[in-house]
Amino acid sequence: MTERIPGFSTLAIHAGAQPDPTTGARATPIYQTTSFVFESVDHAASLFGLQTFGNIYTRIGNPTNAVLEERIAALEGGTAGLVVATGHAAQVIVFHCLMQPGDELVASKKLYGGSINQFNHAFKNFNWNVVWADPEDISSFERAISPKTKAIFTESIANPGGVITDMEAVAQIARRAGVPYIVDNTLATPYLCKPIDHGADIVVHSLTKFLGGHGNSMGGAIVDAGTFNWSREKRYPMLSEPRPEYHGVVMHETFGNFGFAMACRMLALRDIGAALSPFNAFLILTGIETLPLRMQKHCDNALAVAQWIAQHPKIAWVSYPGLPGDRYHSLAKKYCPNGAGAVFTFGLKGGYEAGVKLVSNVQLFSHLANIGDTRSLIIHPASTTHRQLTDAQKIQAGAGPDVVRLSIGIEDKDDIIADLEQALAD
Amino acid sequence: MDHNSYSDSYIRGILNTVKTIAMVGASEKENRPSYFAFKYLLERGYKMIPVNPGQAGHTMLGQRIYARLADIAEPVDMVDIFRASKYALPIVQEALTLKPRPQVIWMQLGVRSNEAAALAEANGLKVVMNRCPKIEYGRLSSEIAWLGVNTRTLSSKRAPIGGVQRMSLNRTSAPGGVTAAADRVQREERDR
Ligand SMILES: Cc1ncc(COP(=O)(O)O)c(C=O)c1O
Repeated sequence: MTERIPGFSTLAIHAGAQPDPTTGARATPIYQTTSFVFESVDHAASLFGLQTFGNIYTRIGNPTNAVLEERIAALEGGTAGLVVATGHAAQVIVFHCLMQPGDELVASKKLYGGSINQFNHAFKNFNWNVVWADPEDISSFERAISPKTKAIFTESIANPGGVITDMEAVAQIARRAGVPYIVDNTLATPYLCKPIDHGADIVVHSLTKFLGGHGNSMGGAIVDAGTFNWSREKRYPMLSEPRPEYHGVVMHETFGNFGFAMACRMLALRDIGAALSPFNAFLILTGIETLPLRMQKHCDNALAVAQWIAQHPKIAWVSYPGLPGDRYHSLAKKYCPNGAGAVFTFGLKGGYEAGVKLVSNVQLFSHLANIGDTRSLIIHPASTTHRQLTDAQKIQAGAGPDVVRLSIGIEDKDDIIADLEQALAD
Repeated sequence: MDHNSYSDSYIRGILNTVKTIAMVGASEKENRPSYFAFKYLLERGYKMIPVNPGQAGHTMLGQRIYARLADIAEPVDMVDIFRASKYALPIVQEALTLKPRPQVIWMQLGVRSNEAAALAEANGLKVVMNRCPKIEYGRLSSEIAWLGVNTRTLSSKRAPIGGVQRMSLNRTSAPGGVTAAADRVQREERDR
């Protein structure tokens, strides 16, 4: 019974995408429709009752989006996926399925700033309370656990780069606490790192970044690893209790190891409504076909740029785990052996003014607030995304006045370096 | 045989040959997983026979519910066990008294009994444990992919269809990789 298991690049192209059953179209068609006709009243009843598989309404599911869902689930080694409008929407949907008012989540304090905002502000309005832990001191995760804790959340490579989470250590703490471990794998992508192999129970993505990869589409994804025993823990009523929304169906009992993905779709996305446009799904799918090629080039370029910057006289420090001697270098080698990603920060000796000048002087780099584009991107957080914070808050957030963040693209590395060289020259 | 993983061709072969399935533990309650699986397989053209002593004499989805396998008057190709693992052995023993004998014993997701499997195999029956025929049908036909499920199959051939939103099982596909993590956890749970 030796059936061949395809490699990552083959899955990146083929997983989920079969020629269209009616037309034979080879590229995945864009099913730009809100709704799907029922075969009969009974077919409609079976679909609404979750008794059969199929399409009803694009807020709940769409065949183009479904190809993307299976593609990402296959690449991450999960049992099922769900795609939604944005990375932030993915996080709301995941926590909607886990948290009741008054519950807590333990999160790494080294996260994308937008996620820190979401947990501190939007989640607080739902009375979901975040307790911050420090990935530099793994025991702080253990100390942050309380009887109200429902999940642990970290990034694999943390935005704005530089920090690699010791996922296996965090996963052990989650297992002991009997809570699922959620990893945001946006910066690494499954090409560099598969968190499920290191103990994650749920993976989330902003598809807006490297998976889409071309800076043209917002998107988010959730992958169910199929590893968490919701019925045993009995603390997650969305998974282990009869659901009034569906005449008493119990999600985990009915759908087994893809029960969490089903709860995210049928209990959260259905009611919260942050559906992904099928057109965006198509663009992101096209992006994923070249993920292995792009991601390797992103990483190779980033390493070359980081090495060049590290020896530049106007630079005080560089934080890139791909550099030997970086404090996260050994974790990078363990978790991301093919490269440490393409996003990193460095400090300018000239401080705030030098940062403003650099972003004004660049000609190839684009000055904007995204990461994970084919194009090289630059931002000076102190004068933009973190402008409203006090200096002390800026430093705490890793956005001190001297800090510049780069997202290295897949142009020729000599051109990327030449642009930085001329921009730093005056 | 190894009951930790089954090849797609083994599962496809079973689902393509059996025609009559007796589901032991089928429930007429519309929110039970057994009802979901029963209804789905019935709609896919299998002759489905519910077996449930507590509901014997009722009908579910137009099919008469029997108290015991032995009460079924017609030949059964496959017995699908929708009961806790400890009941699997007596159900196999009962199945072996049927004439003709069924060809397949299928134990649902979460149901495993090495003794029941060994007894069935010693008598020449095929065995599947800890799987759901509805999920496997949905996976191998690719229908389940509409729910974002990783079917673990790949194909460059147009999928055959059998009606509105119905895909046929006769799809050629190559395996698309395993979900090693989910399989590992299942093994760990079993060994606890
Ligand atoms: C690591 C990480 N997670 C989540 C998000 C949020 O994703 P989106 O902007 O698609 O909502 C981002 C966006 O920058 C991110 O970098």
